[in-house]
Amino acid sequence: MSQDSEIAIHHQHEHEAHAHVGEHVHRDDMGSKMGMWLFLFTEVLLFGGMFILYAAYRFTYSDAYKVAAEHLDTYIGTINTIILLASSCAVVLGIVALQRKNKGLCLGFLWFTQLCGAAFMVNKYFEWTHKIELGIYPKGPALADMSEGEVVFFGLYYVMTGLHGLHIIVGMIFIGTVMVMIQKNKLTHDNYQKLENAGLYWHLVDIIWIFLFPLFYLIH
Amino acid sequence: MANGSIAVPAEQKGKLVDFYKQESKHKGIWSWLLTVDHKRIGLMYLLVMIGFFLTAMTFGFLMRLEMLTPGQTIMKPQTYNTLFTLHGVIMVFLFIIPGVPAVFGNFIMPIQIGAKDVIFPRLNLLSWYLYIAGGAIAIFSLFTGTGAADTGWTFYVPYSLRTTTNVSLTVFAAFVLGFSSILTGLNFITTIHRMRAPGMTFFKMPLFCWGIYGTAWIQVLATPVIGITLVLVILERTIGIGVFDPALGGDPLLYQHLFWIYSHPAVYIMILPAMGVVSDIIATFSRKPIFGYTPIAMSTLAIALVGYLVWGHHMFSAGTSDTSNVIFSLLTFLVAIPTGVKVFNWVASLYRGSIEVTAPMLYALCFIFVFSIGGLTGLVLGTLNTDIHLTDTYFVVAHFHYVMFGGMGILFFASLHYWFPKMFGRMYNEKIAKVACIIFVIGFNCLYFPMFIAGYLGMPRRYYDYLPEFQIYHVISTVGSWIMISGILLMFANLLKGLRQGPIAPANPWDSTTLEWTVPSPPPMENFEEIPIVTRGPYDRDGLIESKVKHQLKH
Amino acid sequence: METDIHKVEEHEAHSHGYGVYVLVFFGLLALTAVTVSVAGINLGSLTLTVALLIATIKTCLVANYFMHVKFESPIFKVFIAVCIVIFATMIGLTFFDLIFRTP
Repeated sequence: MSQDSEIAIHHQHEHEAHAHVGEHVHRDDMGSKMGMWLFLFTEVLLFGGMFILYAAYRFTYSDAYKVAAEHLDTYIGTINTIILLASSCAVVLGIVALQRKNKGLCLGFLWFTQLCGAAFMVNKYFEWTHKIELGIYPKGPALADMSEGEVVFFGLYYVMTGLHGLHIIVGMIFIGTVMVMIQKNKLTHDNYQKLENAGLYWHLVDIIWIFLFPLFYLIH
Repeated sequence: MANGSIAVPAEQKGKLVDFYKQESKHKGIWSWLLTVDHKRIGLMYLLVMIGFFLTAMTFGFLMRLEMLTPGQTIMKPQTYNTLFTLHGVIMVFLFIIPGVPAVFGNFIMPIQIGAKDVIFPRLNLLSWYLYIAGGAIAIFSLFTGTGAADTGWTFYVPYSLRTTTNVSLTVFAAFVLGFSSILTGLNFITTIHRMRAPGMTFFKMPLFCWGIYGTAWIQVLATPVIGITLVLVILERTIGIGVFDPALGGDPLLYQHLFWIYSHPAVYIMILPAMGVVSDIIATFSRKPIFGYTPIAMSTLAIALVGYLVWGHHMFSAGTSDTSNVIFSLLTFLVAIPTGVKVFNWVASLYRGSIEVTAPMLYALCFIFVFSIGGLTGLVLGTLNTDIHLTDTYFVVAHFHYVMFGGMGILFFASLHYWFPKMFGRMYNEKIAKVACIIFVIGFNCLYFPMFIAGYLGMPRRYYDYLPEFQIYHVISTVGSWIMISGILLMFANLLKGLRQGPIAPANPWDSTTLEWTVPSPPPMENFEEIPIVTRGPYDRDGLIESKVKHQLKH
Repeated sequence: METDIHKVEEHEAHSHGYGVYVLVFFGLLALTAVTVSVAGINLGSLTLTVALLIATIKTCLVANYFMHVKFESPIFKVFIAVCIVIFATMIGLTFFDLIFRTP
């Protein structure tokens, strides 16, 4: 076999490897992280569109916002804020644990994160069902009697917290997938970019809540 | 070897097998549908996109036919409303926005920066599937529910909330397409940052890559805004959440704000890569480096940035405040500056070049002419007092067809002719290509120019019927549509013939200087035998000759 | 190879111990407590400003430490700045319409 066709075959080999295991061959952690950050920007602007609406209507209906916010439970909101902050902290501690080759501890932290995510959703569930029982939902009897500003407030409340909740679920699935990979030793102390990416996503969801919380729950 | 040894024919020794013939895990159609190769994905986009383009073109043709005479000519008013909606949705979301980045960005950009592929090949394939899904949903929405959407491609509330037609599904299609666009943009930005060959600095990139880069940023940062807006329209229609509906306290103008926050920058998604193509083509066929490389590259970023600041000019007569109108009008004029920088640099590049008018060059030159008309009439619309007179008339229709079709459309054809040899390894009939181009451009002006006059005289857009005094303009316009379509069909027929029977193309048929012409036509699977080390600028002809001589001396 | 070395350095650069992160977490808790208790006081038009200010500080903490932005290469900071500036512009220009509208 001539040298040239050897090169061709070598390339073929490399391509095969690329197709099967991908990142193990041409691993570019920096590129992976950059892609993740760009994705986070799209999330920021997705919520950004709604924050623009929120701001515009808060400007138009500032009094109605105050009235409507009375219906929200600051207590649950605060609890959920603390839960999310703790979960975020756990993810980043999990990364340190993995860096220090402590797989068990890392998985422990991530389990804690999953637990927090679940707790957050349970709280959210009670919050929403309580409001729906009261008739405060789109086209609901109680909402029909409220002023226009309040209707808009609750419209935004349901969409924004709902979409945020959806992101919590996606984040939990993301972290769950990463946990399986850690379990199978596919992610290790010197190859943990996927865990970082999952963490970045989770922190962003946390940051969005950091803004949602005062904007919806703390208007007096 | 997993799949046996590759047969290497004697004459191909030392060359890599081109990507069409390269064997892969999957056979037949699956080697395309499951491919992660950027070239194959680009070609799959091209195929589907031409299908959508011809469909939407047919809708446009039917609309023009309807407007031949006042009153009913060939269809009912509701059908007409549906047609202009579909024509807009398909052209804008399925052809114009993804056109150049998805097809040529995918196929050419990685080769131009000296990379083997994009950085996330599987994500790239996912983008394609999302694009197909979006297109499928859009078509599906025609035949299901309570009739095809009749809102126009802008889906303005409150009408889009009230109409009983199948708006939700069409809107959802646009949402899915947006997702596809975001992922493509994300992939391209990261690719350009991380995958450039050694020595390929940002300022050694061909200007096409700059165009793709600017566009990718708009895709990433603007598309999510329309995504959420469209979701809100769906939620409002289905479960009655009160956000935009004035009956529930919503402000329809905010919908328009959010819609144009995306859709105005989207205009630059369409035009920036196309402007990059024109820079490459002009540099090649003037046989000299592009004049003012850095200003053109910088004006790309400037347009991308200023593009975010001007959306309000779509709403001058919609009830926005006078203050904001004045500000948006001022900012709109700013766009003319970087655009002017580009146009003057192109013209300066032609000056004293040894110009060769090939088919791609002819398209590029026609672009400069047509696009200038489009751009300058844009200033007429950006001026507050004239805009009040011209809003929602045929003048606007003429303007954006000159900019979008005359800009992105013509340059899509130009790119197709320019990179055809590289993509398919064959040449087409140059003479017929030029004839087709001339017929197309004559038809184009005949079709859209009368609309400026009709619009100025007061012919409103989207109307099914009109007063008899406008008929002369409509007749000229309709005849123009026939001429233009014959030009387009001749062009495609010629390319198709070239694809099947054209002579085999050499690696560098145009004597170009950028990297994609250093690899065989069509390129091998991973583009380069070995990743090149870049030492010269993209349009540096002397450097190219020097390196060729060195290469020959070595052997 | 050169990039590999960079990679290692990068990771070592923000490889803090557990302590720093726990400290940041307590900082975040404290700020949450502040924002909740301040909300009870009637600050008039300042309410929104204060709430947003505290949220911004919290975000900076999460971004800089939990998301390692502080230790990231400059290009990421440029990216984030672009994203924020464009979002701010969107809000700002929308408000030029809202504020000056005549009823």
